Amino acid sequence: MRLTLNVWRQKGPSDKGGFEKHSLSDVSPDSSFLEMLDVLNEQLIEQGKEPIAFDHDCREGICGTCGMVINGMAHGPQQLTTTCQLHMRKFKDGDEIWIEPWRAKAFPVLKDLVVDRGSFDRIIQAGGYISVNTGSAPDANEILVPKTEADRAMDAAACIGCGACVAACPNASAMLFTSAKIAHLGLVPQGQPERYSRARNMVAQMDAEGFGGCTNHGECEAVCPKGITLENIARMNRDFVKGMFIARQEPKAQA
Amino acid sequence: MAQRNDELRDNAPSGPIETAWDRHRFDMKLVNPANKRKFDVIVVGTGLAGGAAAATLGELGYNVKAFCYQDSPRRAHSIAAQGGINAAKNYQGDGDSIYRLFYDTVKGGDYRSRERNVYRLAQISVDIIDQCAAQGVPFAREYGGTLTNRSFGGAQVSRTFYARGQTGQQLLLGAYQALERQINAGTVKMYPRTEMLELIVVDGRARGIVTRDMVTGKVEAHLAHAVILGTGGYGNVFYLSTNAKGCNVTASWRAHRKGAFFANPCYTQIHPTCIPVSGDHQSKLTLMSESLRNDGRVWVPKKKEDTGKKPSQIPEADRDYYLERKYPAFGNLVPRDIASRNAKDVCDEGRGVGPGGLGVYLDFADAIERLGKKAIEERYGNLFEMYERITDEDPYEVPMRIYPAVHYTMGGLWVDYNLMSNLPGLFVIGEANFSDHGANRLGASALMQGLADGYFVVPYTLGNYLWSERTDQKPVAADHPEVKKAVADVEARTTKLLSINGKRSVDSFHRELGKLMWDKCGMARNEAGLKEALARIPALRAEFWENLRVPGTGAELNQSLEKAGRVADFLELAELFAKDALHRRESAGGHFREESQTPEGEALRDDENFSYVAAWEFNGVGEEPTLHKEQLDFEYVKLTQRSYK
Repeated sequence: MRLTLNVWRQKGPSDKGGFEKHSLSDVSPDSSFLEMLDVLNEQLIEQGKEPIAFDHDCREGICGTCGMVINGMAHGPQQLTTTCQLHMRKFKDGDEIWIEPWRAKAFPVLKDLVVDRGSFDRIIQAGGYISVNTGSAPDANEILVPKTEADRAMDAAACIGCGACVAACPNASAMLFTSAKIAHLGLVPQGQPERYSRARNMVAQMDAEGFGGCTNHGECEAVCPKGITLENIARMNRDFVKGMFIARQEPKAQA
Repeated sequence: MAQRNDELRDNAPSGPIETAWDRHRFDMKLVNPANKRKFDVIVVGTGLAGGAAAATLGELGYNVKAFCYQDSPRRAHSIAAQGGINAAKNYQGDGDSIYRLFYDTVKGGDYRSRERNVYRLAQISVDIIDQCAAQGVPFAREYGGTLTNRSFGGAQVSRTFYARGQTGQQLLLGAYQALERQINAGTVKMYPRTEMLELIVVDGRARGIVTRDMVTGKVEAHLAHAVILGTGGYGNVFYLSTNAKGCNVTASWRAHRKGAFFANPCYTQIHPTCIPVSGDHQSKLTLMSESLRNDGRVWVPKKKEDTGKKPSQIPEADRDYYLERKYPAFGNLVPRDIASRNAKDVCDEGRGVGPGGLGVYLDFADAIERLGKKAIEERYGNLFEMYERITDEDPYEVPMRIYPAVHYTMGGLWVDYNLMSNLPGLFVIGEANFSDHGANRLGASALMQGLADGYFVVPYTLGNYLWSERTDQKPVAADHPEVKKAVADVEARTTKLLSINGKRSVDSFHRELGKLMWDKCGMARNEAGLKEALARIPALRAEFWENLRVPGTGAELNQSLEKAGRVADFLELAELFAKDALHRRESAGGHFREESQTPEGEALRDDENFSYVAAWEFNGVGEEPTLHKEQLDFEYVKLTQRSYK
């Protein structure tokens, strides 16, 4: 395959950045999108140029490290697929492809296609856990979890934290990500004691990071490689509102 | 090679094995709760082992600094484990027990692990499940709400707990969330996108590390009372493996260069059911859960001429279901190493299928006919989807093609019963140490060991070390000569990598090394091949340092530079790997020496001469390492020859 690539290049957070055009021939349709970029990078190194920086690690769709906007779509055209699992056979010979980083105020670009998603970690720090110290757990079968609830919790827990939901949202909202964790932990009995304070604190942190709010576009659900549903956002909103009513203290967010 | 008589001591308690860990815990020193915050602890790597350790030490009140090369601790490669985690809960009432899990693990490791470590692992396995369930890990459940189990990897009991095909992900997220909670509490300071490039040793003790900030390039020393490495395995020495692209040996290797012994580097696990290589662009291999072998039948054409034909054009009579033919009792469910080696054999005979003839069929046609497509979809739907996404072939219609790939490394830094290396103050946990799996790891046991080390072993043994050594541990000044030297070494190395200005990229060297390792130190090894590898590795390493090209500078995000540092260390490890494989003239578990096999082609151990852990001491690049032996004694488990006929 022959391809024309327009790749976003940006030296650092303060650089303005811009697209750079490359043409690539002999691309194997069996290679993954990232392997296609590997080939381009090898050529750039050979020509004495700097290779394109992009994040990636497991290359099997589970670590959530990779992600780029391909032709305007987070993770590219294939549904339920991370960038690393997207293969070049989904494109046509002669295609022109536009490649950009995740774009959101809360995800500053570090270099080229690499962004800083530390804001996601801080949302988890605000309450995305069950407070149980090592060694203090009862026998696992003393906590019964109905299978239906366990399955729904697992559906939400499948989130890989890649940030495609934010990149796809016109408001750069992180509600799908945040709600997936709130739903996972709020659905199981172990998560009940902190259920409402968790929702309030995580939402407060999400806002403090500069993510936008949800206005029901549904773009996040459409691009999510793990099929996390909007239903989680509804659940989060319920827990958040209830939390506001029963709260004894202001929610805490890091500056 | 030089050999020393001073044998390594495992420091395990004697007496009955059942009470050894209890007694040891009682005998160990405790650190008073008010004193814990006076101790600084560094944890490198935040996967299951490192993440669990950092979180737990933070909960206990230690002053923890945790480091990972990923952009978040949630992305460590533990996340990719699919199958499950073993625990001797015996919830199914099918005859499991701590003793049985212990016995199976020692036997599965081909009698090359330390009994007392393995017994403790089996004991702790039950606590892990409790801990993870309390954290909200969404394990699979029965309708009544209790936990469900499955049998995994040919085990005769159902002791594997799982969360769909994403058990590693869910356990890691549990540890990650516990860690984030401690970061929020201020007990742990997290350094993501930060790579450890040197160990600081002062007065013979591990006292800190030197890191490079992968965004700014800043090189910095961090000092502590102890250093814990949970930095994973070194499978990427083969370039193509199921490891994540960033997995590397650098932290372990830097510690090895500073005096920590590297044990059994040649023990490698090769997983039989991976998606084959599709071309030169291939950057990694993807594992498919071995549960597929429960229903799939493995075959290749009987005749070489048929390998180019479509599988549907090859009649039943011209197919060789070689595992069923050679191992009628176990058939397609023979252990991982046997399945892998047999696939290699038929491909070496020229009967492999797919690109390059490096693949065998895994055929579900019979199972679909017997059980219906729907049943197969329910069991393997997500795996079939993944396969189709990668290969563009529909496994419901065309047999899958599979080939073995490097998956896990049993070798690693040598540790005693306390998980401390021979360098006082350096603890090594999870896949990075050599300890519990012997020469071969059982399925669903990697997650168990990582979490056991991190949650339940190192938090105790570290406290004992810190309190026992407290009077000998003087504060290390930031400008101590050893600290300054370690920082200068890292800076010099970075400068050197950037200034070679040769013609070849890092990846081209890594690929060449990987191919050499796979050909000569892969599934089957022999003396001539290993000697050839030992001749070629130093030459490749020399070329690397003369002809490498790393664009960019050290003061920025520079992925070529990161890779260059890692490949430089792989080029040194590779030589030790081949040396270890050459010196171990027996076959054991994941190490198959063609010279040492039974008439049936099974791995043949030599217990009289090789019942020991080979722990290597570094004497300089290209210099002969010194071999230290830890003899393995078996008081409880009876040594037998495996047979799957």
